[in-house]
Amino acid sequence: MNVNDKEELELDLFISMVKSYFDYDFNDYSRASIKRRIKQLAVQSGVEHISELIPKVLYEENFRDVLLQSISVTVTEMFRDPSVFASIRNEVIPALMILPTVNIWHAGCATGEEVYSMAIILREAGLLQYCTIHATDFNEASLDIARQGKYPLENIKGYTKNYIAGGGICSFSDYYTVDGKWAILDPTLREQIRFYRHDLAKDEGFGMMNLILCRNVLIYFKKHLQDHVFNLFDNSLDVNSFLVIGDKETIEFSPIANSFEAFCPTCKIYRRG
Amino acid sequence: MLGYEAVVIGVSAGGFTALSSLLAMVPETFPIPIAIVQHRKSDEHNYLSQHLDKICPISVTEAQMNADVEAGHVYLAPANYHLLIERERQFSLSVDAAVCYSTPSIDVLFESAADTYGNTLIGIILTGANHDGSNGLQKIRECGGLAIVQDPASAEYNVMPQCAIDAAGADHIFSLDEIGHFLAGIRHGCSH
Ligand SMILES: C[S@@+](CC[C@H](N)C(=O)[O-])C[C@H]1O[C@@H](n2cnc3c(N)ncnc32)[C@H](O)[C@@H]1O
Repeated sequence: MNVNDKEELELDLFISMVKSYFDYDFNDYSRASIKRRIKQLAVQSGVEHISELIPKVLYEENFRDVLLQSISVTVTEMFRDPSVFASIRNEVIPALMILPTVNIWHAGCATGEEVYSMAIILREAGLLQYCTIHATDFNEASLDIARQGKYPLENIKGYTKNYIAGGGICSFSDYYTVDGKWAILDPTLREQIRFYRHDLAKDEGFGMMNLILCRNVLIYFKKHLQDHVFNLFDNSLDVNSFLVIGDKETIEFSPIANSFEAFCPTCKIYRRG
Repeated sequence: MLGYEAVVIGVSAGGFTALSSLLAMVPETFPIPIAIVQHRKSDEHNYLSQHLDKICPISVTEAQMNADVEAGHVYLAPANYHLLIERERQFSLSVDAAVCYSTPSIDVLFESAADTYGNTLIGIILTGANHDGSNGLQKIRECGGLAIVQDPASAEYNVMPQCAIDAAGADHIFSLDEIGHFLAGIRHGCSH
């Protein structure tokens, strides 16, 4: 048996231990990505082989959080893919304006940058106070950062560029104050946002939504988990509601493809028929 | 004779010219898939893949998530996404942290491809000005795959090929032309 085969075997054992003990099934995730993350976790934990992580699952306190933190790819930014946010601003928001109240769900919101971006757009449209924004992720450590709304100042330059490219109409600096190396986002942006833990693989939906954003999360799932999540979204969306997914994700081959029409062909915004 | 199942190529600065001339030498009916990471900032309109598709006999597209890795196709990692090859010989994408300041990263593609194809993989490093790809090429060699590096002396930017040679070594150090001839010589997965 060569090194690679051994590694695969160890990974299988580790994944099955995590499933039995924590009830997370990482068999539903893209294997190559998971393998890379777990190998990095082994290096960080100072062990040579993936199999040496197995006792940690059982006996190390907080290992669940450590594991989730290293499995979940938390990389995100404000107004990522500005053209998508421009379309939300110019096409989706006008359609939401006619509703008495608006329910929005950010699934897999990571550290929250995308959620605050949305809140800014809603405020500029005068719609924020009529919205409830549910922002969820299965990684509690990321949610903690999201709740604080405090981000490294060095990122602000890029965010400002994105904000402008996404059709921002105010001065981005109005939305944060500087505290040392941190940019603190205007806390009133958070008033309509509820952050909570939710696992897309296991948990139910929570009511009818007018807009769901789930970007760059489905790329990590295997086809059947993607389909499961698409069904969850389908059941959580009213007629005429919107679904926004990542630039490289598609509902085309999913079981819900026929219930949705492409609302904006260039930027992965779909509308439920 | 060993049958090869896939080719992965990593290229950075100078890649536009290098890929344009290299891929022009690859026949339309190339018997195995080619996956490429070309470092680039952003590419909203898939400009690079469209350009290469137009000037090359073989079909060139951006790799899509869940898509099968098929023979006779050249796949380009989309800008801002890492590209990986799964055991099921399907592509997956990731927005994981940059490696060597690059998303997509050559190492990420090479390492996942080495896991999947083992000793039936060919890894090629071309021109570039950083050291991405060195670890990946080393992994390909550890798994018994074939490593080809563009001769640093003939590359537009020599840093990346030189780093790869220093870190991983190479089975062949070729000019771009020689790499093209080598690839064109692959028939039904074998090199003659
Ligand atoms: C790359 S981030 C996406 C952040 C943001 N939506 C964006 O596009 O910038 C992926 C997020 O998906 C979350 N995630 C992964 N699996 C999940 C699951 N089963 N349930 C909920 N969230 C999950 C991760 O914790 C991570 O925060």
